[in-house]
Amino acid sequence: MLGALAFIPRGVKAFYEEVKNFIVPQKEQLPLTVSINKKSYAIKADTRTTLLDLLREDLNLTGAKKGCDHGQCGACTVHIDGERVLSCLTLAAMVPGKEVTTIEGLANGDKLHPMQEAFIECDGFQCGYCTPGQIMSAVACVKEGHTKSVAEIKEFMSGNLCRCGAYNGIVESIQKVAAK
Amino acid sequence: MRPFLFSKSSAANQALAKKNSTTQYIAGGTNLVDLMKKHIAEPESLVDITSALPAKIEPTAKGIQIGAMVRNTPLANDPTILAKYPLVAKAVLAGASPQIRNMASTGGNLLQRTRCPYFYDVTTPCNKRKPGSGCSAIQGENRMSAIVGYSDQCIAVHPSDLCVALAALDASIKIQDKSGKMQSISFTDFHRLPGTTPERDNNLPANALIHSIEINENAFAKNYAYVKVRDRDSYAFALVSVAAAFNLNGDQIVEARLASGGVAHKPWRWLEAEQYLKGKTANAATFEAAANIAIKDLRPQTHNGFKIPMLKGAIETALQQCLNP
Ligand SMILES: Cc1cc2nc3c(=O)[nH]c(=O)nc-3n(C[C@H](O)[C@H](O)[C@H](O)COP(=O)(O)OP(=O)(O)OC[C@H]3O[C@@H](n4cnc5c(N)ncnc54)[C@H](O)[C@@H]3O)c2cc1C
Ligand code: SF4
Ligand code: FES
Ligand code: FES
Repeated sequence: MLGALAFIPRGVKAFYEEVKNFIVPQKEQLPLTVSINKKSYAIKADTRTTLLDLLREDLNLTGAKKGCDHGQCGACTVHIDGERVLSCLTLAAMVPGKEVTTIEGLANGDKLHPMQEAFIECDGFQCGYCTPGQIMSAVACVKEGHTKSVAEIKEFMSGNLCRCGAYNGIVESIQKVAAK
Repeated sequence: MRPFLFSKSSAANQALAKKNSTTQYIAGGTNLVDLMKKHIAEPESLVDITSALPAKIEPTAKGIQIGAMVRNTPLANDPTILAKYPLVAKAVLAGASPQIRNMASTGGNLLQRTRCPYFYDVTTPCNKRKPGSGCSAIQGENRMSAIVGYSDQCIAVHPSDLCVALAALDASIKIQDKSGKMQSISFTDFHRLPGTTPERDNNLPANALIHSIEINENAFAKNYAYVKVRDRDSYAFALVSVAAAFNLNGDQIVEARLASGGVAHKPWRWLEAEQYLKGKTANAATFEAAANIAIKDLRPQTHNGFKIPMLKGAIETALQQCLNP
């Protein structure tokens, strides 16, 4: 008897799970005002939109890359209020009121950021796909002061994968900027 | 992702009033957004709790309180944590990546779900994801799975590093429910073993949220270690991990703590080994004997027998490192 009782909630839940697939869920468009690279954008977006998709699909800021879309590669790294985060796991709806910086916002007009210069000088990339994420992460790594040794740089850059294996050039670029 | 409604709460009671079986809270989003993309979590409405819960680390009469919204990076850098509870900082820094630690909250870390590959693959049976459908890992790819405390319904492990340190330090979790009542649950009673209800990871009541974590003053700030063994040097979940700490009187161990990640459905305390260490001389022979006690009753899966010698080595290494943290 007790066993049967224990079964009911599970059965009800399973039934609900099945039925749920046939019910059209409610979609919601949110009016959002976001600040990206010090520019304000007023836009409507589905609640499901990630910051990465908002940047790339709605605002044409395609610098941040979609490598995995699951937090496992770092290609989508941007700064929110000066700190490095993953835009693929950030909902756009949670960004209003914060300042987002992407790779497009790093240079000062035509003058590249020292980290961008260093990546060019030290061969910090090959195909370039991971590079915007690497550079955003590298800028934060220097700002955080995690550059005391090669081991420390590697540990604090481990959230950015590079399929081309440009790691040595990336570490060198960071050392170069940190020494300045 | 399935469509959902979105709202923000600015206070805990507001967030609690919105809670029902189809609502979920979002903090850092590093686990939940991923699970929603994979249709493993399918909330019909999402409540942003980032401004609803404490984001401060504060002293209490007995120790320290860590707000549920304290992110992992500030937790690991906090001067009081580093001075009095350094094991917590060590464990946090062993987890995830700098970007994820900037996002991830303390509350969310406790509630993150397993990384069992079948839990993530919605085309396969999994009792945790779909109760009653079966467990694919038992006959399948189970090198990451549990070696202790599992059942014939689920052999998954809890993936957190922070939780291993909190279990070792006998932390407690402050939970707030819909009526506004605060309740304290000891850390070791919070996460569950799979038993016949593997869909439930922990004992957080349905209509409650995590308000904060409390750790009492302790004598483990001098001799402590967190050792994590994984498939690559960094940015990977533990195969096995060990949080160890003790306090010394000369070279005698007064009291010891020993806990592991990557071995069970919850952070696992090696209580018998802790008991053994009491009053013993802190040397390699003692450490090896303690490790042997920890591993004596473990039952590995078809693909993870390697975890047993690995765990033994990790325990000995961690205890040794406690002498020179
Ligand atoms: C690639 C990758 C690697 C990782 N590696 C590691 C690792 O090595 N070690 C490790 O420990 N972790 C690791 N993590 C996991 C990460 O630490 C967790 O995802 C994170 O701690 C979750 O916190 P969050 O604030 O982002 O939670 P969210 O994703 O926002 O929430 C997770 C769950 O908790 C609930 N929730 C959150 N806060 C509360 C609250 N206060 N009260 C009630 N419910 C709440 C949410 O509703 C949700 O169900 C990794 C994650 C990724 C993506
Ligand atoms: S071990 Fe648990 S999470 Fe993994 S497939 Fe089996 S039931 Fe699912
Ligand atoms: S795309 Fe965000 S981490 Fe890979
Ligand atoms: S340069 Fe090609 S992935 Fe890094």
